[in-house]
Amino acid sequence: FDTSAPETVDPSSVPQPKDDFQEELVIRPLHSGDIYASFQFRTVWETDFMRGNKVSHYRLFPKSLGQVISKFSVRELHISFTQGYWRTMQWGQPFQPSPPGAELWVWFQDSAECKVYAAGCVDGTWKELTNVLSGIFCASLNFIDSTNTVQPSASFKPLGIGNETDHRFLRYATLPREIVCTENLTPWKKLLPCGSKAGLAVLLKSEKLFHSSFHSQAVHIRPVCQDWQCKTTSWELRQTLNVVFDLHNSAQGKREWSLFKMFSRTLTEACPLASSSKIYIDITDNPQGEQFEVSPATPLLSQAVVLGDRRTFSVYDLTQQITFGTVRSLNLLIRWKSSEGDMLRPLLHAERYVAGYGLQTGEIHTLMYNNHPYRSFPVLLLDSVPWYLRLYIHTLTVTSKGKDNKPSYIHYQPSKDRLRPHLLEMLVQLPPNSVTEVTVQFERALLKWTEYTPDPNHGFYVGSSVISSLVPSIVAMDTNSTRERPLFSSFFPCKEESSYFVRVYTEPLLVNLPTPDFSMPYNVICLTCTVVAVGYGSLYNLLTRSFQIEEPSPGLAKRIANIIRKMRGVPPL
Amino acid sequence: LALKLNVLKRGQLAALSIAAVVIIVGVPLWWRTTETYRAWLPVNQINELANLQLQLSADVEVVFARGTVTPEQQKKVPLTQTQDEEHTVDEDTALRYRYETKYRTATIMEEDALNQPTAAEADLSLHTLSESPCGSLVVYVIPESSTLLPEDVDVYIGQRRTALLRIGAQMRVGRTLEQLLAHLEPRIKQVLQVMSFSHTDITAALSDRVRLSPGNKESIADSMRAFKSSPGYEITFSLLNPDPKSHRVHWDIEGAVQTYIQPLLTKLAPLANFSIDSQTLYYAMLGVNPRYDSSRSAYTLNSDSLAHVINPVEARLGSNAASSNPVLNFLLYVPDAHHSPLHIHDHKKQEVLSNAFHSPRWGGIMVYNVNGFYGPEAVFPVDININMAKVMGVFLAQLRLLLGVQSSAPPPGFLVAPCSSTGLADWELDRLMWSRTVENVATATTTITSLAQLLDQIGNIVINDNIAQQVSSAVTSLQLAVAELEAGNLGFALQYSKEAILASERAFFDPSLLHLLYFPDDQKFAIYIPLFLPMCVPILLSLLKIVSEARQKRRERQAKKD
Repeated sequence: FDTSAPETVDPSSVPQPKDDFQEELVIRPLHSGDIYASFQFRTVWETDFMRGNKVSHYRLFPKSLGQVISKFSVRELHISFTQGYWRTMQWGQPFQPSPPGAELWVWFQDSAECKVYAAGCVDGTWKELTNVLSGIFCASLNFIDSTNTVQPSASFKPLGIGNETDHRFLRYATLPREIVCTENLTPWKKLLPCGSKAGLAVLLKSEKLFHSSFHSQAVHIRPVCQDWQCKTTSWELRQTLNVVFDLHNSAQGKREWSLFKMFSRTLTEACPLASSSKIYIDITDNPQGEQFEVSPATPLLSQAVVLGDRRTFSVYDLTQQITFGTVRSLNLLIRWKSSEGDMLRPLLHAERYVAGYGLQTGEIHTLMYNNHPYRSFPVLLLDSVPWYLRLYIHTLTVTSKGKDNKPSYIHYQPSKDRLRPHLLEMLVQLPPNSVTEVTVQFERALLKWTEYTPDPNHGFYVGSSVISSLVPSIVAMDTNSTRERPLFSSFFPCKEESSYFVRVYTEPLLVNLPTPDFSMPYNVICLTCTVVAVGYGSLYNLLTRSFQIEEPSPGLAKRIANIIRKMRGVPPL
Repeated sequence: LALKLNVLKRGQLAALSIAAVVIIVGVPLWWRTTETYRAWLPVNQINELANLQLQLSADVEVVFARGTVTPEQQKKVPLTQTQDEEHTVDEDTALRYRYETKYRTATIMEEDALNQPTAAEADLSLHTLSESPCGSLVVYVIPESSTLLPEDVDVYIGQRRTALLRIGAQMRVGRTLEQLLAHLEPRIKQVLQVMSFSHTDITAALSDRVRLSPGNKESIADSMRAFKSSPGYEITFSLLNPDPKSHRVHWDIEGAVQTYIQPLLTKLAPLANFSIDSQTLYYAMLGVNPRYDSSRSAYTLNSDSLAHVINPVEARLGSNAASSNPVLNFLLYVPDAHHSPLHIHDHKKQEVLSNAFHSPRWGGIMVYNVNGFYGPEAVFPVDININMAKVMGVFLAQLRLLLGVQSSAPPPGFLVAPCSSTGLADWELDRLMWSRTVENVATATTTITSLAQLLDQIGNIVINDNIAQQVSSAVTSLQLAVAELEAGNLGFALQYSKEAILASERAFFDPSLLHLLYFPDDQKFAIYIPLFLPMCVPILLSLLKIVSEARQKRRERQAKKD
């Protein structure tokens, strides 16, 4: 019996796999001296999860996510875990924006069983889905419930194909308090076909990644077109990881970095399953090499339009053996020569803060900056505020350049105590070169004593505002979403050539609520009991004791006198 | 003085009435307001179930072919016999097997069928004549001279629910019918034990209720191998390719599942729901380093080290996100180029022919060596198409074992028909259904009785209406299942036992049971004491005073009388 007789075939008769995997790393030296590294892993699979038969056979696509898609009839799923806040003013726009903490938004399929009672049915599925995802990603997503879930009407449109825009099938929730750490990174890496064993993923060592200024990892699943006419569709799983290293501090002022310094690893091979595996280094600001020097040098250059700007990149193709040179290991190194140069101010950015004093009322200020010198553009502002900050919507004011700026569209859903949050969405036109301020006053609610978090004096988080906008582009954008181009430039679909889509998140807010003394319940019980006992005791005494008039006893002098009188035989007094 | 006495009396009355109000109004009010809600449970019926009396009834039809009975015996033949066999498993579990045997003579068409040249053909044509219901058997008694069976075979067990039994040589025609039946009886019982249930199977199925006496190691290992009965199973096939740089492995799992696995699962559909998926895992390593055996120029895995193989792989397999049913894992491991060929060795240091092993209640692993292809001229990566027939043969055998479709070696003189294309004979399914029904009933009764015990012991647990409803529906289904088993309707019994197990598990694992569980009594009274102490002390003191005064008064009165 021969167990070692494999049936081999010539490669032409092997069925062409319907899935494809690509990996990519973009490195952009930032003007602040930090380094921005963005990993993109993309699996595309030509299949249909919504098919009737349940048998599913997975190759590159992770089974756990595939099962989630088909069980919960998900059409699009976007989940991100972020530690730190992206500083748009210093770092520019990120390739994939994400708010601090965890963010999850899901478009559900308009499935047959959920047609009739859409809202209730989708709510149940959403609850189950968050629980399953919290198991997959080891995160506290199970804390997502109706009090922090909203259904935005305009801000979150599907990024994949499909023109379903009925927002009853959309759910959006953030957990600004979520701490992201190794236990979230490990399951995320497990979803990659090569794991962390080969390819770019070997760089993802948690001790270095979490020793950084900003860390964000995300999973995006959406249906995409295979070709220009969109005859065939497939499912795209995009795993992204963005990290900003503060090398300025760790390198003692010397501006020099390498792959080894950042990740404590070098690259030796591409993932053998990847059809493309590339490293891009942004050298737009360094055309003649006067700012920094990259070694080893590469002859490959590539241009890509990203975020409304044409950028130039040096490309390292890891599938080519020559990239690794004679030492069979790639350790990219950048050495700065000068630290001059200005960054273009990002066209759109935003900030938010809480004003006011005391623990009763307050005011939320949201500032949106349009830095374009001569173009105005509209933005969609989405605010989801927990119910325990009671918004006074009549105090909502929008001003730009000192004048009232009336929003052209307002969608407001008031909160219900302990049931759902406030949802405020509005479309505001930002005048050129201006600051637009949105203010709204609120009252802080008193919570029940079991509703406070374990450390209530830390404060309560309010998730980031989301500002989505089509920003006018300097260069013509590419509207063909199926053309071959770097992954980092193809995340948001582009509908027109003159503008590009940008999403900006503000800081989350930390608000103090009136916090009681938590030994209070017991004190109150004891005090009331004492009061009751005192009242009851006197009442009891009044009712049961009998009162009688007592003869006052004769005084001492009288008693002595009586004794003397007795001795004398005279009747007493 | 009269006034003073009057006032004293009024005070006593007031103290008594306050005490009365506190006892009549206060205590019930406190009791009612702090009571936990406990819905009514059918405790009596649960207690009845705790004492389980299972009766399993099997119908057997014994058909005499021509030449086995004399004409005058033939006239007496249509008769029915019932046999009971009682076993006491432990103090509150008792089993009773009832075999209802019907004797008749063969019809003309059956005679024709029995005249087919081979036993397999006879079996097939007998099946087309009549379909016997689930859980029943037909035994055809054929004369000694019949050529259907080979020389040394006395009993042939078909693919359906029929068996052919050759009458013994000592049973010549001319004996009385009673003698004939007495001769047949033990042999029919033997057939029954193979084809429907045996006492060992049923006691193994009861292992949830009854702590088995430690028997021999072999039988314990047998009973631990199969998965516990569950309303659904997830079957996952995983292709482990630790070396994607050298091997580009292709497997047609979709087609293989359709051809090899699906027929078996379709047949098993009445038992449970099955769902199948597959995945390919790259860079998945085994947990142990295989040893190089220079005499065979191959790597070897010892049987002792197999236990350590699974854990590191399991971390990569991933749990099923979409259901909580047990998962059966089947792994196909293609060893990396530097560690191949890889062979599994058994306890006697011999190569295992299938190069596979299974782990009880977990799944199976097969090692698939591919080194035979790449010679000196091979260019890596090598394209490899996996021979699914070979792989699925091994996995199918493992799947049968893990699902509990195990055919213990038939007694001597028995010939079992080979497996059909479905991979499962009807009587094998029946056997499985018998033991699964008993297992479900045993599990559900233990769940329900332990839930009732728990609720009885811990008074703090809230029993909501939905839990009470689940418990009652579980109890009802259990009673129905037991009754159907008694009546011999195997299909219905299995159905009800499944419902019982679902309802009982739902009730047992309901999260609402935990809400007030950790509310200890000492903390409760720490909160009550500031209220209770100041209220009760004056009442108690004045009651004591009243009692002592009354006693004194009586003493005075007695003294006066004297």
